Amino acid sequence: MPGLWQGLRSIVRRDLLLAWKRPGDMLNPLFFFAMVSTLFPLAVGPSPEQLALSGPGVLWVAALLAALLSLNSLYLSDFEDGSLDQIILSPQPLPLLALGKSISHWLISGLPLVIASPLLAMTFRMPANTTAVLMLTLTLGTISLSLLGSIGAALTVGLNRGNALLSLLILPLAMPVLIFGARTVSLAAADDAVAAGIYFLAAYCMLALSFAPFATAAALKISNE
Amino acid sequence: MQPKDAKTLTELLSGTELCLLRGERCLFRELNFALSAGELMLVQGANGCGKTSLLRAIAGLLELETGYISWQGVPTTKDRQSFSGDLVWMAHRVGFKGDLTLVENLRFEAGLRSASLAEIDAVLDRLRLSSLTDLPLRSLSAGQQRRVALARMLTSDARLWLMDEPFTNLDRDGRMLVEDLISEHLAADGLCIVAAHQDVRLEVPMQRLNL
Repeated sequence: MPGLWQGLRSIVRRDLLLAWKRPGDMLNPLFFFAMVSTLFPLAVGPSPEQLALSGPGVLWVAALLAALLSLNSLYLSDFEDGSLDQIILSPQPLPLLALGKSISHWLISGLPLVIASPLLAMTFRMPANTTAVLMLTLTLGTISLSLLGSIGAALTVGLNRGNALLSLLILPLAMPVLIFGARTVSLAAADDAVAAGIYFLAAYCMLALSFAPFATAAALKISNE
Repeated sequence: MQPKDAKTLTELLSGTELCLLRGERCLFRELNFALSAGELMLVQGANGCGKTSLLRAIAGLLELETGYISWQGVPTTKDRQSFSGDLVWMAHRVGFKGDLTLVENLRFEAGLRSASLAEIDAVLDRLRLSSLTDLPLRSLSAGQQRRVALARMLTSDARLWLMDEPFTNLDRDGRMLVEDLISEHLAADGLCIVAAHQDVRLEVPMQRLNL
């Protein structure tokens, strides 16, 4: 049997290759994020104080919804074409492969959000040091969402129209990420201490990293029966 | 488990007192079977009688209500990993990504389970797929996709083949090819379980299981 590292690498590489062949799936969340974040300043007006006040919250909500938008399809195509059977039956440990799916999901949908965020932060006149905090919190937050979201995606994969259920399942887990993420950026904008929020997000991310792959694997086995 | 006599020594795969429920319906109960190296088991029955479910239960995709499957004398629930390594599953759905080419798909498989991609050209030649390697799989016909599923079995070195309706969508040549492949696999001490609604005429040690 090929080693664990090779198993992880091959599933990440396959999903990246699939995303490369269908760039639309990758760009969808990014477009959503960009549209909400650019339309909002147009709607509330150009006053710098108001934009500085609402910026962190709006950017974070848009990022969260964009990440949720892409979660539904995480296991759907594998379920429909029978690849999920083959993945479950492979001698590689299923949690490892679930981790690989989450890693590629983050690279495809989370990382572009982080990279695009400084550009969108400019529409809210966010200063450079706050933008750095925004990028850091978004990085930790989107990693957590890709991991936690995979549990919901795995649970709802066999259901028709599981999309609404998926959001319902994931939102409670995503709340702490949103609250701490947006609040930390607000604190950074007010020149306050941000370390505590970042530590919390990092701890949450570690928690998701250690538990989510196992929960996802268990959920996949149930959904695929 | 200790082997009791000479017969149990040669038995590689066995099912004991299997019972499977789907919803309220009982598909089968107290089902027993035993297979030795080089044997074929043909699972037959009408549509909807549980052929596919039995195969999925043997593979471990479905949870059995009661009973257990043993591989080399060890219940498969105890040693999932080594059983999975010895098993290859061919279902209705090909289980490959339609957007990727055949070789990209097989390379992914090789990362998951032991497979030999060295003689891949010979395998594709035999399956008459060599001219299609650069096309995404979704552009192939249904019959060609079945041949693609066979490529997975031929590149893997698994001992147990589980095949669900391997003859659907195949032309006469394809049918003969599948029969040849099964015979060769059995001759090399492999095991094969085939679910089919048609009869299979093969000159190999064969058991029939009617559901």
